[in-house]
Amino acid sequence: MHIDLAKPILDRNERLAAENRIRFDAAGVFVLDLMASPGAGKTSTILATIAALRERYRIAVIEGDIASKVDAEKVKAHGIPAVQINTGGACHLESDMIKRAVDTLALDELDLIIIENVGNLVCPTDFNLGEDAKVMILSVPEGHDKPYKYPGIFQISEAVILNKIDTMPVFDFNEEEFNGEVHTLNPKAPIFRIAATKGEGVAEWAEWLSARIDAKKAAAGAVAKADVDASDGGAA
Amino acid sequence: MHEMGITQSILDASFTAAEKAGATRITEITVSIGELTEIVDFALQFAFESLTPGTMAEGATLVITMVPAKSLCRDCDIEYFHDRFEMLCPTCGGLNIEPLQGREMQIDSIEADDDTKE
Repeated sequence: MHIDLAKPILDRNERLAAENRIRFDAAGVFVLDLMASPGAGKTSTILATIAALRERYRIAVIEGDIASKVDAEKVKAHGIPAVQINTGGACHLESDMIKRAVDTLALDELDLIIIENVGNLVCPTDFNLGEDAKVMILSVPEGHDKPYKYPGIFQISEAVILNKIDTMPVFDFNEEEFNGEVHTLNPKAPIFRIAATKGEGVAEWAEWLSARIDAKKAAAGAVAKADVDASDGGAA
Repeated sequence: MHEMGITQSILDASFTAAEKAGATRITEITVSIGELTEIVDFALQFAFESLTPGTMAEGATLVITMVPAKSLCRDCDIEYFHDRFEMLCPTCGGLNIEPLQGREMQIDSIEADDDTKE
């Protein structure tokens, strides 16, 4: 017998991602899925972003790694709530892992959640987590040819962070070629040049993120106000 | 690398649908995969061959339809196919484009039998 299904393969992941998103929207919290290879500086970039934005926003971090609590401990040392997810070998995060991590956070007391995905330039690309934006980091030592080798992740990212620009003099990194490749793959994505551990260039990236957080909060506020107005109207 | 998990998702959904239809054996599963996804067809086939033995889909065929990437240029009002590297409008070179297809990951259909009735 022939059975028509027409069903998304990642149906369960998509459904849970939609549920996560509803919770994030209701709380007005902006969720960033940060992706990069191992060693590109995801944790350093998160720490630099926290330093730039912690006076203005309430931040939490979800750390995804195959094993260990090293990254969550680093974030917690800075007084920021952090949840560690250990995927136990899986090469990417999925939305049910995010749901379980979010269950341990006080969403209403947050403005920004940064999810550090598992170090990988391939697999995280195909999985929605319920995030507002996916952003990727490439570090200078990895080489300027990576957009040609891993086009998917450059296409799905709303912004590209180029980290470790302070190492440019010692690596054969052709920045002009890199910018051209990224532009061809993803014409709308801004490229932020940073040296996370030195704080260089972080302000511009933080401004971009800040605008997105504010827009999300404004949208959530507008919905909440409309609800209040509607219930006021109902009472009158 | 993530094809194992994706294949397991395909199988889980197929088993559920087949059992619901009263079937005991699956002979074929057809899926559509967009060329812009990170799914590799031979890795999917390998995972399928590894995961099906001992299940109701043992010996079944996995048919993979690759869906080419297509976008719309809003300025030129034309639809065009492209590869994953060059997405810009071929007519104006512009970026006012909207992706139409190429990110599909769908189970289209299955072929199943009820062996107990034969």
